[in-house]
Amino acid sequence: MKVLIIEDEQELLEAIETSLKKELFVIESADNYLKASEKIALYDYDCILLDINLPGGSGLDLLKELEKLDKAGNVIIISARDSLDDKLLGLELGADDYLTKPFHLAELNARIRAVLRRKKLNGKNSIEVGNVILDIHERQLLVNKENVSLNRKEFDILNYFLTNQNRLVTKSALAEHVWGDHYDESDNFDFIYYQIKNLRKKLSDSKAEIEIEAVYGVGYKLIEK
Amino acid sequence: MKLLNQSLTYLSGFILLIVTIWSVVFYFSMLNEIKSSIDEELENHKRLIISKAESDTTIIQQRDFDERNYVIREIGREPALSFRNRYIDTLVYMQDDDDEEMELEPVRMLVTAFENNGLYYELKIINPMLEEDDLIKDLFWFVLLLYIVLVISIILINNIILRKLWKPFYEFLGQLKNFRLGNSKNLPVIETRTKEFNDLNNTVNSLLENSIEIYEQQKQFIGNASHELQTPLAIVTSKLELLLEQNTLKEEEAEHIAGILKLIERMVKLNKSLLLLAKIENRQFLNNSIVSFNKIARQLTTDLEDLASYKNVSVELHERAELQAELDPALATIIVTNLVKNAIVHNSENGAVSITILENSLIVSNTGARELDKDSIFERFNKTDQNINGSGLGLSIVYAICGLYNYKISYSFKEGKHYFEVVI
Repeated sequence: MKVLIIEDEQELLEAIETSLKKELFVIESADNYLKASEKIALYDYDCILLDINLPGGSGLDLLKELEKLDKAGNVIIISARDSLDDKLLGLELGADDYLTKPFHLAELNARIRAVLRRKKLNGKNSIEVGNVILDIHERQLLVNKENVSLNRKEFDILNYFLTNQNRLVTKSALAEHVWGDHYDESDNFDFIYYQIKNLRKKLSDSKAEIEIEAVYGVGYKLIEK
Repeated sequence: MKLLNQSLTYLSGFILLIVTIWSVVFYFSMLNEIKSSIDEELENHKRLIISKAESDTTIIQQRDFDERNYVIREIGREPALSFRNRYIDTLVYMQDDDDEEMELEPVRMLVTAFENNGLYYELKIINPMLEEDDLIKDLFWFVLLLYIVLVISIILINNIILRKLWKPFYEFLGQLKNFRLGNSKNLPVIETRTKEFNDLNNTVNSLLENSIEIYEQQKQFIGNASHELQTPLAIVTSKLELLLEQNTLKEEEAEHIAGILKLIERMVKLNKSLLLLAKIENRQFLNNSIVSFNKIARQLTTDLEDLASYKNVSVELHERAELQAELDPALATIIVTNLVKNAIVHNSENGAVSITILENSLIVSNTGARELDKDSIFERFNKTDQNINGSGLGLSIVYAICGLYNYKISYSFKEGKHYFEVVI
């Protein structure tokens, strides 16, 4: 999987690169408009992360170029501008998703995975880890080929964890992803613990070969047993 | 008191004073004039009588004021020679047209002496005088009439002329009253040739321009500052998350980093709220569409049920009517979310939250210990002791959105419950 990161902020670029290398992606980067434009024209990427404010030009113009080349479909815009106009324009120009800075690495990872999944529509739309199969299309969890019933939130949580295997998922990232972006005030995400507890119980009862670990009180990590 | 009425009060007071003084002076000078005119008449009469008396001796026999208006009596030589003309105001029995019987009437009397054929006589001539009390009475009524006429004319003149003169001022005042920093596009204008009003207009407008500039700068500053903070916050968040994923960390180190990450996340949220407030105040939300508050509330009760049950708070939704409005869907969601979340977080143990949707309003109520300060509750960073981790911006954001769409938001406390009502 080849991912191109177009981002002028060097530190952020490095952080994203480090994170995505853990997912075993092949990473290329461009920190200005010209470099990005060159790379887009020369190579094909499975996913492109695109910042809008770039030295030398606007990311939206790059998006237009990509659209001409019919390559806009796997673009995720990452912008500090939380403007609906930009978002609408970006999505209109064919971008797949729009992520506002600052974001959680887990969330970025999930979005990239979603783009990659949508790209290979003929491939199976499910995640397999050990004896666990999560069918995203049917919203089903199969452990040892047996159906384990999950409620909506449990499914979303597990999906998020499986997308971020072996990675730290902070409570706030999880809350935002599953419960919606309503938590700008209360800093206390302990309420998510109940759903995690139920999910853990279902996983251990069905003898799934995965486990959700707590990480220093700040979040969780899904690992294969 | 209006300026118009104030000037009227002063004017009527002063006019009363002037008219009173004038009428007193007028009365006395009038009286004087009348007396001197009568005195001349009496003098003339005296000469006529004296010259007539030389030929007509019957005149000298006149002893009483009968049909004639004089009396003559003989006196000695000595007193006659030392006699001087005297004019006296006195009273005599008379009967006028308007009198039913004889009564005392004021008269002017000339007492003099003359010599006729070697004999000396004293002559008294009377002439009826004005009745002073009648004069005063008449004068009083005339003065009163004059005063009333003056005041009425002043009122009329005031109302017509002053009103016309002050009209631009009142129009200007009206425009100023409606002026809102950040909302009003046009500065108030005054259309007049009056120099003072034009000066006022210029002064007020330069003050306003100053305030507008400062207001805009402040607005932009908050927006820009929070905007510029986004990228560094993004970098710190990502780096800390990566750091926490390293397996080489000691437990203690990791906990420190986790603590910092939590704080950074709080900063991110605070920054987002500030950015949102700045955007609302800059009117950057214009994607209005028909929004159903019922739908939003239903979705929200599901989204927040875990938080509510963790807090041991029950959330009830009462949909009494379908409430729809045209506004930005994101902002509509924020109104409901912030109110309901606020109600859940600031609740007592085993408390209750109720969301009621009426035909034109949304009411969110929750159990609470004591009434909150109505004046400061919607202010930014107004924190109650219960809310240590909150940004203190949730209600300010709701307030700002309501301001943007001219919705009315109010807070009340009844029977141990806080009520927040938004009238759409």
